[in-house]
Amino acid sequence: MAKKADRYQAGVLKYKEMGYWVPGYEPKATDLIAVFRITPQEGVDPEEAAAAVAGESSTATWTVVWTDRLTACENYRAKAYEVQPVPGIEGQYFAWIAYELDLFEEGSIANLTASIIGNVFSFKPLKAARLEDMRFPPAYVKTFRGPPTGIVVERERLDKYGRPLLGATIKPKLGLSGKNYGRVVYEALLGGLDFTKDDENINSQPFMHWRDRFLFCMEAVQKAQAASGEVKGHYLNITAGTMEELYKRAEFARDLGSVIIMVDLVIGWTAIQSISNWARDNDMILHMHRAGHGTYTRQKSHGVSFRVIAKWLRLAGVDHLHAGTAVGKLEGDPMTVQGYYNICRDDFTKQDLARGIFFDQDWAGLRKVMPVASGGIHAGQMHQLIDLFGEDVVLQFGGGTIGHPMGIRAGATANRVALEAMMLARNEGRDIRNEGPEILATAAKWCKPLEAALKTWKDVTFNYASTDTSDFVPQVSVA
Amino acid sequence: MRITQGTFSFLPDLTDEQIAKQIAYALAQNWAVSVEFTDDPHPRNTYWEMWGMPMFDLADPAGVMEEIRACHKAHPDCYVKLNAFDSTRGFETMRLSFMVHRPPVEARFRLRREETAGRLIRYTLERA
Repeated sequence: MAKKADRYQAGVLKYKEMGYWVPGYEPKATDLIAVFRITPQEGVDPEEAAAAVAGESSTATWTVVWTDRLTACENYRAKAYEVQPVPGIEGQYFAWIAYELDLFEEGSIANLTASIIGNVFSFKPLKAARLEDMRFPPAYVKTFRGPPTGIVVERERLDKYGRPLLGATIKPKLGLSGKNYGRVVYEALLGGLDFTKDDENINSQPFMHWRDRFLFCMEAVQKAQAASGEVKGHYLNITAGTMEELYKRAEFARDLGSVIIMVDLVIGWTAIQSISNWARDNDMILHMHRAGHGTYTRQKSHGVSFRVIAKWLRLAGVDHLHAGTAVGKLEGDPMTVQGYYNICRDDFTKQDLARGIFFDQDWAGLRKVMPVASGGIHAGQMHQLIDLFGEDVVLQFGGGTIGHPMGIRAGATANRVALEAMMLARNEGRDIRNEGPEILATAAKWCKPLEAALKTWKDVTFNYASTDTSDFVPQVSVA
Repeated sequence: MRITQGTFSFLPDLTDEQIAKQIAYALAQNWAVSVEFTDDPHPRNTYWEMWGMPMFDLADPAGVMEEIRACHKAHPDCYVKLNAFDSTRGFETMRLSFMVHRPPVEARFRLRREETAGRLIRYTLERA
């Protein structure tokens, strides 16, 4: 940092000279910490670039301002304190930055994001920047209410234990009338699913207004409950153009007896925290569809990692969160995806570089989020899914239910039988990763729908290289 | 129709050997196991009758199997389920819960629809 006499001379100083680079700084227990991946422009010193990120995401502007001296400015400056080259990638660096707790309003993700990702991503001296991970001190975590229901209470309300929950998204996702749509819901739930789901872009279009969808879907849910004696649900997507309309839809879902509602990530952070409060007040499970996240999470060089989005959403308070499948049709390296699941479900998340987790995170008793695996998965992958993700997860087989050659009900039954057979075998001590196909084949001998499902989808895999992978080799020891 | 509550209701009824293996798994996780029964399997009936206290610190499934048999013998027309409870922080809830006996004739439910304003229907599930 510049000498005190020079620090506040009018003009332009390097960010490093302005106090935003504090090598060796030991973050306080109450600091928030962020790690960014930065790609400085040619000729820009990585430490200066890191200092610039710290500055622009806290108190700095491009030039010296004397009004800093009216504040305890050293307290409010974010401090870049470590820069390391990204292993194996030329020109990229990880930069660690610590933020004083006073910089943030309590219980507001909007405020947090306006600071941390407010304008640094457009900053000219950087070609690209990505927010890789964050650590929140318990003092900050406790200012959020978190998931309105959480995994434990969701299971107790639904009376479903010891296995992943099963769901399916209604297809085709656009064009069905309310009555036909509800038929798919009824068949799938009666066949054995716990949940069916609206897709992200089903709101209130000309072919199916929202009230029609809600009425027909809840008739289907209630009928399936009566027939099976089991609690069932349909994620009614209440996403709308305004909060007033969104609340109206939430209330109608509640009045029809729905146990769950759904919103899309694109409604924004403030809307998410508001509907989360509503869900708390109305004993409603809140399902989050991460619509749009791929625009900023997928590329490693620029954007915000999904592990950060998952942390923000756990704080903001959602009960279900789509977190990837690893084996399905959508992007996701298995280890990286497991990292997202851990963020959703841990009491205390340990640093785990191979899974992309940079920091220990104490969740301070915040309820747990149920991760959802959805997109291009089928009954034949049941052993892989359970081996990767364990039992606190919703497995959603949309095409894998509705596209079954014997019909929707049979498709649902195939999935439920495959799931229960696999859990039974796992608990008996069988090695499901290796014996999975044999366990499924044995169950298929008495379950025709499962036999047909395995035959139809036996060779379907999506083996493409992932774009978002850990930069640390798996052997790296984790604290 | 078959009541499909519980972890394994879509599989054929479990044999004693299969039940004992699930109990052994639960005990290996240090979960407490308990037996419950009811003649009212309404999905919102949270509190089935307890067949004695939950069993803590057991080593052998045989004793639990004995309790299941005794419960079934005393209540042949009831549903009987086995629960496994995990007291670990962050769970403190059931981790496994499955049917071990069903009555000779399964319960059935009827959906009662009360038509109210607009097309709004109030639904109630009652025993058929």
